Amino acid sequence: MADVEICDVRKSFGATEVLHGVDISIPDESFTVLVGPSGCGKSTLLRMIAGLEKVTSGEIVIRGQVVNEVPPKQRDIAMVFQNYALYPHMKVFDNMAFSLKLAKVDAKQIEEAVHRAAGILNLEDYLERFPRQLSGGQRQRVAMGRAIVRDPQVFLFDEPLSNLDAKLRVQMRTEIRELHQRLRTTTIYVTHDQIEAMTMADQIVVMHDGIVEQIGAPLDLYDNPANVFVAGFIGSPAMNFLPGSVERGGRAQVTMSNGTTLPLAEEAAAGEGQPVVYGVRPEHLDLVSESDGFAAEVVVVEPMGSETQVLARLDGREIIAAFRERHEFHPGQRIHLRPNLAKVHLFHQDSGQRL
Amino acid sequence: MTDSTLRRSAVAMTGPGLWTRLNNDRNWLGFWFMLPAAAILVLFLTYPLGLGIWLSLTDASIGNPGKFVGILNFYEKECYGPDDCEIYGLFGDHVFWQSVWQTIFYTTVASVAKFAIGLYLALLLNNHLPFKAILRAVILLPFIVPTVLSAIAFWWIYDAQFSIISWSLTKLGLIDQYIDFLGDPWNARWSLIFANVWRGVPFVAITLLAGLQTVPPSLYEAATLDGAGRWQMFRHVTFPLLTPIIAVVMTFSVLFTFTDFQLIWAITRGGPANATHLMATLSYQRAILGGNMGEGAAISTAMIPFLLAAIMVSWFGLQRRKWQQGESDD
Ligand SMILES: Nc1ncnc2c1ncn2[C@@H]1O[C@H](COP(=O)(O)OP(=O)(O)OP(=O)(O)O)[C@@H](O)[C@H]1O
Ligand SMILES: [Mg+2]
Repeated sequence: MADVEICDVRKSFGATEVLHGVDISIPDESFTVLVGPSGCGKSTLLRMIAGLEKVTSGEIVIRGQVVNEVPPKQRDIAMVFQNYALYPHMKVFDNMAFSLKLAKVDAKQIEEAVHRAAGILNLEDYLERFPRQLSGGQRQRVAMGRAIVRDPQVFLFDEPLSNLDAKLRVQMRTEIRELHQRLRTTTIYVTHDQIEAMTMADQIVVMHDGIVEQIGAPLDLYDNPANVFVAGFIGSPAMNFLPGSVERGGRAQVTMSNGTTLPLAEEAAAGEGQPVVYGVRPEHLDLVSESDGFAAEVVVVEPMGSETQVLARLDGREIIAAFRERHEFHPGQRIHLRPNLAKVHLFHQDSGQRL
Repeated sequence: MTDSTLRRSAVAMTGPGLWTRLNNDRNWLGFWFMLPAAAILVLFLTYPLGLGIWLSLTDASIGNPGKFVGILNFYEKECYGPDDCEIYGLFGDHVFWQSVWQTIFYTTVASVAKFAIGLYLALLLNNHLPFKAILRAVILLPFIVPTVLSAIAFWWIYDAQFSIISWSLTKLGLIDQYIDFLGDPWNARWSLIFANVWRGVPFVAITLLAGLQTVPPSLYEAATLDGAGRWQMFRHVTFPLLTPIIAVVMTFSVLFTFTDFQLIWAITRGGPANATHLMATLSYQRAILGGNMGEGAAISTAMIPFLLAAIMVSWFGLQRRKWQQGESDD
């Protein structure tokens, strides 16, 4: 097991730079999730750690050793691919045993290692099958089994769950998490799904357009997003953003262009007249009486059972509010909402950075 | 009201006539769709084949429809005394046997060479090379040139007096006498094999290249991480995944080589002293030039068991391997 340091890593394909200097520190035994929208360079970064892609500049350090020039097979890394990349002509057993066979491990030890891994992953009954004879979830497990038998220093996962249906995805999420708790192998996991990131990670790295937007523990990112991008990316449904400018005469507030005023805590770090983006999560909007809060018009009501989401219109933009309690809403109704002052986020309007 | 709607739709259910039902029946429909193909097969495949086999059982010659003689074209034993028997027909014909061995030799060597070179080229072209597109086009050239044209070119290349190979080698001072490519039996055999390989490699190379490109790159990446070197990757990933397409391409290659006619006929006409006759060229010589349709047809018919054997081998080779089989609904 090992820690991984990524120091100012850049990657260009031809003339286009797709990673613009990435710094990430991945502690030993941690479960780190790289998350970001499609095309932000997550896979590229992961493949560079694996050695499948050359590093254009910067350094990748695994357990104190710079591995930029170390060929993949000497990095002692196992990777689970999005399409599993199982060898179709080998039985499950041989798929899992392949790396050990290449390493000339003796047959008895291979047998043991494969059966141990198969035991962990509930694959014992399938060892004599070909990949094509397995379901998606089973193939996924074989791909993990292939990684486990090698007992590598680092596990890499590239969107391993995206080919599975929603229910299986939730189940496999737990299984992978359990597996990590059991093996404690340093894991780097790529996904574009923020829920996966939130539920699985010790540490989340939010990436966007080839840069790291923020690194932190899941709830840390949720509670203190560093900028508008992270705030909007983490959390579902996404945070509401309302632009306006700060007024400090008497009670601090943010006034929107249509005159709607949004309350602000006195200690908020914004000066009089400053243009800001006022961010508040759907679950931090309370339903209040007519004399309080601001008014919005209900557009769509989405009861989820555990909560009810209301899409409402305010000054031409849509905001979402989520309520644990059950209320009767109907489209067109005017409701009054009040943000929970302690949970309001303020961002700089131009840079998008947190104030 | 609901009741009457139900009843009406029930009546409609039994409505369709025989024609509609036939049209909707899978098997009937399948039969109709297959009919044209079957007709074409019978007309253009079975008829000539049947005619050939029939001719081989007659003493037909050009201008003479002939009569049925049983297997006399193949085997005939005549005894002139107690211990003085002669075998006639193909069985007793050493030229025929020579052509059989020559055909087998020619097919085996040429096919193995085509496979080896074709696979090598395919692997080469599957890499990232500069001018890849142009190289691929160049490789196809021998395949595009009409066979007879390339055969004539080879005839010149192998000519006893004007051979460019002999000329270059003499100029380089490597030999001092022109090589008799087509006059010496073994030289002629190897020359023909070379020409056939030259012509056949593009087909093998391009088909295998197509096969190589269906192997998902992530398998190679997985194998890289599993610690496989280049050779191990070929041995354990590329080759096994390529076996189905190898079976197809080599079946075709063997069939085409076994029945080769144009190259031989244009370059050596079976000479010197019948040394390069394949069964196909010998059959043509006996039937059309010699006029013995029955005997020529017998030689052609004698090719059938070999071809069937080749097809059987590939048929079993081609059967979807277990790993290719999908889930039950596949
Ligand atoms: N081989 C390549 N050649 C050129 N550009 C590439 C190559 N591979 C990736 N890119 C570019 O690099 C950028 C990042 O790609 P990458 O595959 O890392 O995205 P990603 O974050 O994994 O996205 P996704 O969630 O869709 O998998 C993309 O803009 C992509 O077009
Ligand atoms: Mg990706």
